[in-house]
Formats: sequence, C-alpha cells, structure tokens
Amino acid sequence: MQKKAATPTHAESSTDLTDPVFLKELRITMMKFAILQLSDEHLAEDAVQEALIGALKNAGSFNRRAALKTWVFAILKNKITDILRKRQNLVAASRLSHDDNGDEMQETLFDRKGLWKTEERPIAWSQPAEAVKNEHFWRVFDSCLNGLPENLARVFMMRELLELESNEICETLNISTSNLHVMLYRARLRLRDCLENNWFLGEK
Amino acid sequence: MMNCQKSTQLLSESQERHLSLKEKILLKTHVMMCSGCRNFGEQMKSLRELSRAYAKGVNGDALEDKDSGNTGAKPKT
Repeated sequence: MQKKAATPTHAESSTDLTDPVFLKELRITMMKFAILQLSDEHLAEDAVQEALIGALKNAGSFNRRAALKTWVFAILKNKITDILRKRQNLVAASRLSHDDNGDEMQETLFDRKGLWKTEERPIAWSQPAEAVKNEHFWRVFDSCLNGLPENLARVFMMRELLELESNEICETLNISTSNLHVMLYRARLRLRDCLENNWFLGEK
Repeated sequence: MMNCQKSTQLLSESQERHLSLKEKILLKTHVMMCSGCRNFGEQMKSLRELSRAYAKGVNGDALEDKDSGNTGAKPKT
C-alpha cells in the first residue's frame, strides 16, 4: 500500500487541481452536470465556481484522481441542492427525487415476450469512432443526454463521464447497487435509442 | 429462457459487475442467435467510449472557449 502523502507528489500524479488540463476537463464535466440539474447557466457557473474554490482548500490531501473527483462532485451536489432549495423550486426538487420512469420505455422497445419489436431492434452502428470528429454528432449527443430524465442522467454522468465506481455512486446518492444497475440500464436504453434514431440511422 | 429484455439488462450490468458463469452462458447463447442484442452489446462499448470522449471535452472546447479569451491550456493531440 502506498502511503498517503499530505502534499501532492510531482512525479507522475497530475491528479491535483493545479494541473490545468485536469482542472479544465473536470470543470467542463461539472458545468454540464450543473446545467442539467439547474437548467440555468449562470446558477450553474456559480455552483461550479464555489465547489471548485471549496475543493482547492484541501486539494493537497488527495493523491488519487478518482477520490478527488468524488469529493469535488459531492461538494457540487450540495451546492446544487442548496440552490434548488433556495429557489424553492418544488417542481425541480420533486423531479430530483422522482424515480419511476423507464418501464414505459421498455414497453415501447420490447414486446410482451421481452423480444425486440422489429422496428426497435438495434442496428450495427457504422464507425462510431468517426462520429467523435463530427461537431454535429456532439450536438446530437448533448441533446440525447439532456433528454434523459434527470435522475437517470445523473447516474449515467457519474458513471460514464466522471468515471466513478459503482460503490462511490451508491454512497454519494445513497442508493442500492441493484437500484444503480436498473437506472444505468434505463439510461443506456434511452441514450442508445436516441443516438441511433438521430444519428446512426441517418448515417446509413 | 433468456429474452432480449433480460439479455440487454445483463449486457448493461456487465459494465459494472462480473457476470456469473450461468449468466455468461445464457447470454452468449442468446446473443449468438439475436443480431439486435449483438448490436446492443457493441453499442454499450461505443457508448462508454463516446461518453468518455464527451467528458474529456473533445467538443468541450467549443462549449468552453467560445468567447472567453485564450486560457493557454491546449488539448493534447
């Protein structure tokens, strides 16, 4: 086991918040997340800024990037909750905790035997790696991600954008592992459906 | 008996946990016969790669630096 250092080592661990590239990437992800939750770019900007300032105070005590991300993210989540509360936005608050969506999606996709409906059956995506270079593709990706129900978008982003481990997500959100699996499944079903319909089908 | 709904669920879950031997066998048998689920499995991998590219800001530059002067931090090629 490596001993936890009080100050960041300069060797190869560019995991601290003084690394401009890491900080920039982290900030972009945080902004996307915050905008999604708050639907307001200015409020999102403030929340991210405050979370980062809060995080910088103790940045030195983290020597693992994943741990740092989890922590920064937890701070951001608190900021967002505060803002939502202050706004007394009951609609948004109830949306945050609402957790029942996905079953109707599965009814749309599968028949009664649980088989793909003919028109919903996934196609082979041609050259997904090429899509990365296409600006229009990212606009489609953006809108598909933003089209997810908020609770699904949140777990999906934590898992695939922040690259957090399952247990970290479950702890942060206080949900069970099986709950997480179901939510990720629902998010992926929707996201792949959206990308296929709005991008990969047109590519053919 | 494995259907597409169960199979896609396992394909998704396999990104978070190791499947049991029984699950693997059932899944493999189903996917062999089902092109839809086979494509779905491939798409799960693509989705992960695309999400990571998205988070790394392949497009984030446009979102971030549009009109805020040069920050000096250039993405590595």
